[in-house]
Amino acid sequence: MAKIIVVTSGKGGVGKTTTSASFACGLAKKGRKTVVIDFDVGLRNLDLIMGCERRVVYDFVNVVHGEANLKQALIKDKRIDNLYVLAASQTRDKDALTEEGVKKVLDDLSADFDFIVCDSPAGIEKGAFLAMNFADEALVVTNPEVSSVRDSDRVLGLLQSKTLGAKNGTPPKEHLVITRYNPERVQLGEMLSVDDVQDILSIPLLGVIPESKSVLNSSNSGTPVVLEDQSDAGLAYSDLIDRFLGEDRPMRFIANERKGFLSRLFGD
Amino acid sequence: MSWLTDLFRERQKNSATTAKERLKLVVVHDRNRAKGGPSFLPELQNDILKVIRRYVQVPDSAVQIDVSRDENTEALEVTISLPETQPATKAGANR
Repeated sequence: MAKIIVVTSGKGGVGKTTTSASFACGLAKKGRKTVVIDFDVGLRNLDLIMGCERRVVYDFVNVVHGEANLKQALIKDKRIDNLYVLAASQTRDKDALTEEGVKKVLDDLSADFDFIVCDSPAGIEKGAFLAMNFADEALVVTNPEVSSVRDSDRVLGLLQSKTLGAKNGTPPKEHLVITRYNPERVQLGEMLSVDDVQDILSIPLLGVIPESKSVLNSSNSGTPVVLEDQSDAGLAYSDLIDRFLGEDRPMRFIANERKGFLSRLFGD
Repeated sequence: MSWLTDLFRERQKNSATTAKERLKLVVVHDRNRAKGGPSFLPELQNDILKVIRRYVQVPDSAVQIDVSRDENTEALEVTISLPETQPATKAGANR
């Protein structure tokens, strides 16, 4: 039986797909058989971030509608064993997914995989609901910024009330993932701190990913940033995955290490 | 002279604190809304609209209903916004 994890946020552009790609890669690197599914029907992007956009023949919607089987639609990652991608359709609209159809695909995958990572679309419409509905756990991706935190709170409410698990008395286990964190701006009082965000959302913190140039660089080349071992963001994702698997990893990259008191006094 | 600007910055109200204060308020408000309050609220809103419309034409958005909760009280707050000119009521008053 696979564990189903939804990566969600409410707000768009906070790093759901980046997080889904790196999270799935990291789990697979740790030897867990993992599939990552793009639920953003009509606006697929996971394939680009994973670097397999030219290998998509059949997609999630084809499988849901019985036009292809899972074997045909699953794209095996070329870098990492145990890692598969199920792309979203680019041509259909969001109504192409149905609750029963999604359930059937997840059930079929469940027999074969350790982890199923569901990359949710933004918003709280049908696609986002279907992505979270069957989840055992949820990564709530949040930027330290007012609109993102507010939307995350809203999504937490939905996870606790509308999902299948919630209706059966076992709502998804929630994890906070803070992305695009800038310790310097936090120190200057220009950005909400990890504590501030946690204080408002009150769910356990799984990881903090620092704002980093390498996120854009790695998306340019279709390499999930967790595979960049020279990058702060990549290392922070690695830590996050280790924590998820129960290992003890202290939080890194959350303190402003670049400027001490003396260097601030005496200029840059 | 970065220490000078840094010193200056400490004195200003920092924007992260403002953000946190605003967020706390709005999140509490959103959570209460999401809980939905009593289920008759939409009907109540409709009925109030109907009554108002006997006297003055208003858009659907003219009646806002909020439920706020304290530790042991629950308050229903109804806001009715009337249009600037009210021909119907004026006509009624002249009669």
